[in-house]
Amino acid sequence: MSFDVPDDRGYMESHEWASEDGGTARVGISDFAQDELGDIVFVEFPDEGAEIAHDEQLGVVESIKAVSDLYSPVTGTVTATNDELLDAPELLNDDPYGEGWLVEVDLADESGLDELLSADEYRDQIE
Amino acid sequence: MALRTPPLGAAHESRDAKVTEFGGWEMPVEFDSIRTEHESVREGVGKFDVSHMGEIVVSGPDADELMNRLTSNDVRTVDAGTAQYAAITDSEGVILDDTMLYRLPESRDEEFLFVPNAGNDVAMEERWESHRDEWNLDATVENRTEEYAMIAVQGPDSADLVAEATGDDALAELPNFAAIDTTIAGSEGLLARTGYTGEDGFEVIFPSADAEAVWEAFDCQPCGLGARDTLRMEAGLLLAGQDFDSEENPRNPYEAGIGFAVDTDTEFVGRDALAAVEESGPDERLVGFELDERAVPRHGYDIQSSDGEAIGTVTSGTMAPTLGVPIGLGYVPADHTEPGTDIGIVVRGEAKDAHITALPFYER
Repeated sequence: MSFDVPDDRGYMESHEWASEDGGTARVGISDFAQDELGDIVFVEFPDEGAEIAHDEQLGVVESIKAVSDLYSPVTGTVTATNDELLDAPELLNDDPYGEGWLVEVDLADESGLDELLSADEYRDQIE
Repeated sequence: MALRTPPLGAAHESRDAKVTEFGGWEMPVEFDSIRTEHESVREGVGKFDVSHMGEIVVSGPDADELMNRLTSNDVRTVDAGTAQYAAITDSEGVILDDTMLYRLPESRDEEFLFVPNAGNDVAMEERWESHRDEWNLDATVENRTEEYAMIAVQGPDSADLVAEATGDDALAELPNFAAIDTTIAGSEGLLARTGYTGEDGFEVIFPSADAEAVWEAFDCQPCGLGARDTLRMEAGLLLAGQDFDSEENPRNPYEAGIGFAVDTDTEFVGRDALAAVEESGPDERLVGFELDERAVPRHGYDIQSSDGEAIGTVTSGTMAPTLGVPIGLGYVPADHTEPGTDIGIVVRGEAKDAHITALPFYER
């Protein structure tokens, strides 16, 4: 089975992604991660204004069968949260790189972006 | 120890099912998505490979006596070609396993087949043999788990599908808990109107060699253990090893809510201990609960009273696909079992509001 791995963003070994646009990053989980988890029924992430750090716990995602911790791909301040996921967590399954994003982060100087895997490196990991 | 592979293992692999270890078996957990599979069973029909369940045949002049003394219900009330649910208890009345037992159709005179849970077949075979020898009974005990495949076909449309697969329209009228000899895809086996999903449904037991042909004879959604778990939980049914476990969480049938499967008028192992519990009532009981806040209860989470006192532990929990709410099962003191009682479920260190609900959560 092949998974969607867009080239325009960086990945964590723990399957989160971050895409940067002018000092702000959007964060989510990969297509591989949503498939492994199965039907996602609950998601918990920080509130707007929270400080988050690269590789530290960002929240929790729960599928019918499992609970998984989320780790932050970047360091900075949360400026937006995808509250639609609270009522429709299945968006994480349906569109993990689009409608299923988790949070937006105003990046700190040491953003953590350079620690991320490229799409090719991440593809090698999940194949 | 190597995992046991069901006779349908290759079929599941070619269908790209996700597999998991369960009771020592490598079983499909999900074919498409738990939600899709769950819905097919609630709204149409789905099929499950349940070949990990044990199959033990007990025959001979004293088969009746042996079955009656090792199971909690009265097997003398079970007619040929019908099934009965029972617990298997130790001398303290602790549930070792729960089982469906069948008195086979008259063609197999006075034979019983009972179905222990996955991974328990050898222990139950040994239990039956050692007690037979101790009591000097004339009965043959055969563990046929490897010889048989078992498929569950469940859902409101299951009767139509079974009639089609067997070519026997009369099956639509088969009563609940009846078991008959049948032929599907040229293979002779046993078909019973029983199940574990809260829906109308059938379970078929066939020689392993014919498993794939029988599986293919049912043209419907294949379902894995994931959907089996969410369906059984909505139906308020117990999962062995989770909602009771003779080592980790020893419980008697009255605590576990299956007192209906105990007949203390019969003499069986554990009878005296259970008669005492029946008389006094259990101190704790398995209850169903529903969360009032967003969160998913899981096995092992603490249950609190409304004033924050730890009173029990969650044994099963999920986000119920049909009901759309988080539900769970757990043991609490008898004075906290009234439906509507407020409780808390501790999720990642924080108590979430919940309340006791009557079981089952879902009734067709």
